[in-house]
Amino acid sequence: MLVRLENRGEISKAMVYASPFIAVVLTLIAGVFLFALLGVNPVEAILSFFITPISTLDGFAELFVKGTPLVLIAVGLSFGFQANVWNIGAEGQLTVGALAGGGLALLFFASESLFLLPAMAAAGILGGMAWAAIPAFLKTRYNTNEILTSLMLVYVALLLLSYLIHGPWKDPDGQNFPESRLFPDAGILPVMIETTRMHVGWLFALAAVATGWILIARHVIGFQIRVTGMAPMAASFAGFKEKRIIWITLLMSGGAAGLAGMVEVSGPIQQIVPNISPGYGFTAIIVAFLGRLHPVGVLFAGLLMALTYLGGENAQIEMNLPNAVTGVFQGMLLFFLLAADVLIKYRVKFGGPKTAGAAEGAG
Amino acid sequence: MPEWFIPFLLSVVTASTPFVFAGIGELVVEKSGVLNLGVEGMMIVGAVSAFAAGVTTGSGPLAVFTGAFAGAAMALIFGVLTLYLLSNQVATGLALTLFGLGLSALMGHGMVGKTFPGLPHLEFPLLEQIPVVGPLIGTLLLGHDVLVYFSVVLVIAVGWFLNKSRAGMVLRAVGENHNAAHSIGYPVNLVRLLAVLFGGAMAGLGGAYLSLVHTPLWVENMTAGRGWIALALVVFASWRPARVFVGAYLFGGLTIMQLHAQGLGIEIPPQVLAMAPYLATIVVLVIISRDSALVRLNAPACLGKSFHATG
Repeated sequence: MLVRLENRGEISKAMVYASPFIAVVLTLIAGVFLFALLGVNPVEAILSFFITPISTLDGFAELFVKGTPLVLIAVGLSFGFQANVWNIGAEGQLTVGALAGGGLALLFFASESLFLLPAMAAAGILGGMAWAAIPAFLKTRYNTNEILTSLMLVYVALLLLSYLIHGPWKDPDGQNFPESRLFPDAGILPVMIETTRMHVGWLFALAAVATGWILIARHVIGFQIRVTGMAPMAASFAGFKEKRIIWITLLMSGGAAGLAGMVEVSGPIQQIVPNISPGYGFTAIIVAFLGRLHPVGVLFAGLLMALTYLGGENAQIEMNLPNAVTGVFQGMLLFFLLAADVLIKYRVKFGGPKTAGAAEGAG
Repeated sequence: MPEWFIPFLLSVVTASTPFVFAGIGELVVEKSGVLNLGVEGMMIVGAVSAFAAGVTTGSGPLAVFTGAFAGAAMALIFGVLTLYLLSNQVATGLALTLFGLGLSALMGHGMVGKTFPGLPHLEFPLLEQIPVVGPLIGTLLLGHDVLVYFSVVLVIAVGWFLNKSRAGMVLRAVGENHNAAHSIGYPVNLVRLLAVLFGGAMAGLGGAYLSLVHTPLWVENMTAGRGWIALALVVFASWRPARVFVGAYLFGGLTIMQLHAQGLGIEIPPQVLAMAPYLATIVVLVIISRDSALVRLNAPACLGKSFHATG
């Protein structure tokens, strides 16, 4: 074999941080080819996708509007991923969080109380947690794969949303549109920068990042999560309770996703509509990996991913490109990231003899 | 026999066949020790590619082939990343699904609203004229499109391949213990790559069946979680081909039941009925996986672990 991978024997710190940048550059290059293939001027398209959307104050503020749910969810998910707990149902937890938080606003639609927003946030968190508790219970009690259960529950949650706004929660004065009534002012997140849509939800995201950082770096739970993911045997010898880790990581990620859902309906949307999220729960998975499963990394990765949403919308308006380009960019970015990550544990060697023997990496 | 019964059975067959294809493909992949969570992504790219080929050329066989080829092409990305660049299989499978959903929407942008006439059906006019049982036999066994028959043949062929053929034994050995298989001299990664490509082609075929026969239309996101149900199906079937087939018809029946329940005067909101297949999947998963000894006995031992021969 002329090209082969040689185990470095230790993790390359430099590559851990270089890999996301390599992935972004490769995605941009692949994007140029993609646009050329679609028959549009690549330079114009890249500008329209990545530069124009944030060249105004409104656009720049929008980056934080879209980044808020992504960062919130991804911080939560990154804990689970470190411990090999694969919650991929954040989209469902977001939806239930939005229903729980938003439901409260609809229930008290005449309220002017200052306590309404905090109560909605708490309801959102609890709703997301409850939805994530189902896979946690099934995993710890019956050993059921959490990937499949959490994902199936996404579809159940979306159908629940559809049922509510077509039925009991439909706006009585809404000409039969499948939308709820508008939330009362007391149930709407205040705007941070006048004239833009940037709301205080961003502060929740920042708080999640800070909390996550403290947990992972300073708290014993963060340590247990990391050890469980890297060396499950060592973790069980050390007496870390695997089931406890599963519960904690799923509840944390579910709660964060639920809060993100509440933030969406009480921030930019201000009512309950059929499409609350354009797939934030799934995109947050990419954000978590791109951010190296670290809260601070997630913060920057979340803003970058928010930009791909804005770019997709802008390219649709300016160049009549389908909005789906966003998904293609996001998928490619994750592919390139995963490919570049091979260099963290291995170095590329050209030529040389190949000897027998085999090693096994963790899946 | 009520009037709705035969159309009901017919639609069950159409709804189940995509599950058979995607499920049996993923079964072979998992038997080789690889967990590809990208079934949904491969399926939807198969669906859009097949539909595009069908609409532009008008040829059914070409459309079907294109769907399978597109699924395999998607699987190739997954195979290279996980087998040769040793990326995490869970993350890569998710990436494949996200990428596939975006790519298919992009590819299908200009095709919304077009239709495809469907695939040729096999007709047996004489058999259907047998009195009384004739129509029922005719509906159940005859007169389906060619892919339905192919799906049955495929299940039998995969069962034979895995249990009786030498190549199938090698594939299972690779899935059970890749280090041992490697030291005997079997090409672990090549075997796995071929299995992954087969799985992709079958997922693509399942998608092609959706857009060419089941609807037959192109709608964004039209797989609607079927790829994930196919994954659950493999666990449900405890990695046995015949059970994948049975499970596929069970899930297919559930999805159709939801459509017919309203016609039968069952007063349940459609959304609640639409939840049934997903909830049933969860229930079935719980029943299967609660006995961990049973799962360990049937699941390939190296499932989800990447293999790297060190030099």
